[in-house]
Amino acid sequence: MAEIRLENLHKAFGDFTAVRESSFTIADGEFFVMLGPSGCGKTTTLRMIAGLELPTSGRILLDGEDVTWNRASARDIAFVFQLFALYPHMTVRRNISFPLRIAGLPRREVRERTEAVAKLLQIEHLLDRGVGGLAAGDRQRVALGRAIVRRAKAFLMDEPLGALDAEFRDVMCEELRVLHNRIGATTVYVTHDQVEAMSMADRICVMNHAEVLQIGSPLEVYDRPATKFVAGFIGSPSMNFLPAKGGLPTGSRAIRVNGSEIAIPETQASLESAEAFVGARPEHIRITGEGALRGRVFGVEYMGARQLVTVDTDVGRLRVRSPNTLRVNDGETVGLDFMTERLAVFDAATDRAVPTLRAQGGLNG
Amino acid sequence: MSIAANPGRTGARGRWFAGSAVALYALIAMIPLFWIFATGFKSPPDSIAYPPKVFFDPTLEGYVNLFTSRSRQTDEYIETLGPPKTWYEEIARSRNMVITGPSRFADRYWNSVVIGFGSTFLAVFLGTLAAYAFSRFKVPLKDDLLFFILSTRMMPPIAVAIPIFLMYRELGLSDTKAGMILLYTAVNLSLSVWLLKGFVDEIPREYEEAAVVDGYTRLQAFRKVVLPQMRAGIAATAIFCLIFAWNEYAFALLLTSGQAQTAPPFIPIIIGEGGLDWPAVAAGTTLFLLPVVVFTVLLRNQLLRGITFGAVRK
Repeated sequence: MAEIRLENLHKAFGDFTAVRESSFTIADGEFFVMLGPSGCGKTTTLRMIAGLELPTSGRILLDGEDVTWNRASARDIAFVFQLFALYPHMTVRRNISFPLRIAGLPRREVRERTEAVAKLLQIEHLLDRGVGGLAAGDRQRVALGRAIVRRAKAFLMDEPLGALDAEFRDVMCEELRVLHNRIGATTVYVTHDQVEAMSMADRICVMNHAEVLQIGSPLEVYDRPATKFVAGFIGSPSMNFLPAKGGLPTGSRAIRVNGSEIAIPETQASLESAEAFVGARPEHIRITGEGALRGRVFGVEYMGARQLVTVDTDVGRLRVRSPNTLRVNDGETVGLDFMTERLAVFDAATDRAVPTLRAQGGLNG
Repeated sequence: MSIAANPGRTGARGRWFAGSAVALYALIAMIPLFWIFATGFKSPPDSIAYPPKVFFDPTLEGYVNLFTSRSRQTDEYIETLGPPKTWYEEIARSRNMVITGPSRFADRYWNSVVIGFGSTFLAVFLGTLAAYAFSRFKVPLKDDLLFFILSTRMMPPIAVAIPIFLMYRELGLSDTKAGMILLYTAVNLSLSVWLLKGFVDEIPREYEEAAVVDGYTRLQAFRKVVLPQMRAGIAATAIFCLIFAWNEYAFALLLTSGQAQTAPPFIPIIIGEGGLDWPAVAAGTTLFLLPVVVFTVLLRNQLLRGITFGAVRK
């Protein structure tokens, strides 16, 4: 088990910058998820940690040791690939025991450890089958088995659930987290699925366009997004952004949206730009009779105890999560009220959040 | 979508029709082979009989003539030799011949084996390495190099026969096994690189990356992970290379004579009494066909997978 530390890690492919000057530390035993849309540099970062890609500049430290230029095989790291990369010409047993056999362990130990891992992953009955005919979930387990059998310093996983169907993904999410709690190995997990990230991570690192935008616990990135991109990427349905007037001094408590004032948490810094966005999650908007903003109901989706109401307003289409005790019909005109203490304000020019005395709270939906 | 257009769903009648067509084609294709096979067991008069004989008394005379040199002797001389000691002497005596020693056929055949399999091994071995490099590494001018390699096949090899003949004479490679192996390897290499590159491209890089992360060096990953998955491709490529090198006639005729002559230029000129010894020629041809048939049958499962590569995804 090990701490992974990246210092100013940079990777360019010709003119294209894949990862820009990233620095962060992944704590020993942490389940660290790198989240972002495809092409954001998360996989490249992971591959650099593994040694499958060499950085253009910067350093990678494993438990304090500089491994930046070490061969992948010398780093003692296990990698789970998106398409599993199980060796098709080997049985499940030989696939799982592959790293042990390379290491030249005695046959008895290879056997014992392979079987222990198979038992842990509940694939003992498949040990002597070929990997060709296995179901996706079982292939996934074999790939995991091959990774954990070695007791490597860290596990790197590149969208390991990407090839599974939705139903099975939830099961594997849970299994992966349980497995992590059990063996406590440092895990770096790459995904573009924010639900996976939120449900598994100790900390999430959100990336976009080769830059690390925010690193924090799932709660932090959800409740206190550092940028408008993070705010929009995390949460489903995503946060509503209302175009607003900027130019606020420090200590402002209201912002102008479409001619009317909307109360916001007290700002802790000034907002220079002329344009701004108010960010409001669907669960932080209430449908009322009056309200600062009015709009027409465009559609209603019932989701059990809650419903998702889409409202067309002068500042765009907003999504509102409300208890389904409230009856609204399509085409009805409603008022919208915002939970002041939960609103976020973003500078339109820099995309960054304006620091406010914003309340923190649990995840809501 | 039309169901009839889908070859996967042809009915019983369609299958019967397709089966008959294949059988008919096979029959037509097999007739010359059968004729060669049969001629090998005919006596020289039967082999040139007109109208051609379909039914005849089989004899091993063709095979005996193929493997031996003989001289014609008078009855009186043969009397003095005593009774024939072996069945093949007996066959020779029946035509007033005495076996004077082995013919050069076995030598020529061995040359074919060494040159055919040797050049196939080299072409496939070098082709595998080159294909892997072209597929995985950043090679400067990769596309140009690949095109250059392919361009060596754009004209028939025999078009450069005269320059090669002159070069070989200067270099002392004429009529040597090494020279012929080198030549056939060079001709086959472009096919081998291109075919094998296709196969390597189909193998996901993740396999090697997984092996490298798990502690293998690049070369070990290539040997233990990539190579086993290239088996089908290597088998298919080897068969194509062997067929070319084994059957090649023009260069063999031009560049070899006493030492390194292969079977193709030797067989058609086996002279018997009163012209070509057709049963011996046919016997030589039959034996010559065997190795490729055996090789192909041994590798046929790999070959089927290999030839349809790309069509069937995992």
